[in-house]
Amino acid sequence: MQKRAIAGTTIFDGEQARKGYALNRMCFSFNDAASRKAFLDDEDGYCVKFGLDRAQRDAVRSRNVAAMIAAGGNIYYLAKLAGIFDLSVQDIGAQQTGMSVADFKKMLADAGR
Amino acid sequence: MARIIGGLGTSHVPAIGSAIARGAQQEAYWTPFFEGFAPVCDWLQATQPDIAVIFYNDHGLNFFLDKMPTFAVGAAPQYRNADEGWGLAPAAPFPGDPSLSWHVIDALVAREFDIATCQEMLVDHAVTIPMSLMWGEEAHRIRIVPIAINTVQHPLPSPARCFRLGQAVGRALADYKEDATIVVVGSGGLSHQLDGARAGFINKPFDLLCMQQLVEDPMALTEYSSLDLVELAGSQGVELLNWIAMRGALSGNVRKLHSNYHIPISNTATGVLLLENSGDGS
Repeated sequence: MQKRAIAGTTIFDGEQARKGYALNRMCFSFNDAASRKAFLDDEDGYCVKFGLDRAQRDAVRSRNVAAMIAAGGNIYYLAKLAGIFDLSVQDIGAQQTGMSVADFKKMLADAGR
Repeated sequence: MARIIGGLGTSHVPAIGSAIARGAQQEAYWTPFFEGFAPVCDWLQATQPDIAVIFYNDHGLNFFLDKMPTFAVGAAPQYRNADEGWGLAPAAPFPGDPSLSWHVIDALVAREFDIATCQEMLVDHAVTIPMSLMWGEEAHRIRIVPIAINTVQHPLPSPARCFRLGQAVGRALADYKEDATIVVVGSGGLSHQLDGARAGFINKPFDLLCMQQLVEDPMALTEYSSLDLVELAGSQGVELLNWIAMRGALSGNVRKLHSNYHIPISNTATGVLLLENSGDGS
């Protein structure tokens, strides 16, 4: 079936869900405080334990949300990882759009005018 | 007999929960949102519903991609909240109503909705924040029936299917023999997108159109596909499916009592829509 393209948007479908399963499963583990601590104690070791592939491990290491999504990450799960890094949804929005956080927040506010 | 006295659509952005926890409701950033919710609280105090049936989407607290139901109905005696990983303190539990839940489950399966049933079910911020907004500390006295709709992993159910699910839930509630005063909640939205190069996407004209159509012509919304909603309302704006299901459950004379719309809270266009449901439309 022809996939529908929506600009600037990755549809989290079966293909993405298969590709990103290990990454998302790791993020799901972060509902538990002990898991968050275990990750912070040895980030890459924790990624390896969950079976992340090279692209996923590199994306996590570089805090690159766009790369995490390309590697199958789903934002609802990635938000738990972003929380560990103390990144807000404005921070990750700014990162993905190449804007400053101030400009990103201004764009949001301007959408209400 | 049970009565559905109304429906409420509301956003459930986690930042709202943080603002409540900090007592920030009077800060300038927050007053346009919280003041817009006050008429809902007044109406709930006046009408005193004892049950909330809540259409919502789980964000990776109870459900993971290992087992992802399209529709899941809570049938638990109690619903706990828990750590979601990014800092919101867990809310106290909410009482369930297993008899009503199983009545709804029986009716849905009889009407060919092949739902998952959950005798244990953690409820996330998409349940706890609307409850807190609606009743504050009193929320934990209200019995709930949570109904989860998958908005995480495509293919998602269509708006038409969610509307029909809401209709079937509404019929089941209206048939319930016990005395109960019920409010139906649709939790999520409105337009927002957290991921991708289009992060920060908000569509005010579409949101306002939806809020109008939810009152006057909800069938118009069932013409969209879920991917249409992603395009028009954003990847997470598709949570509008929960509002559409809520509206489907209202089968009587539906009248708008209150609405509020404010941009932004966090990355999201926030909406509140309170609908009265009177008479027996079934």
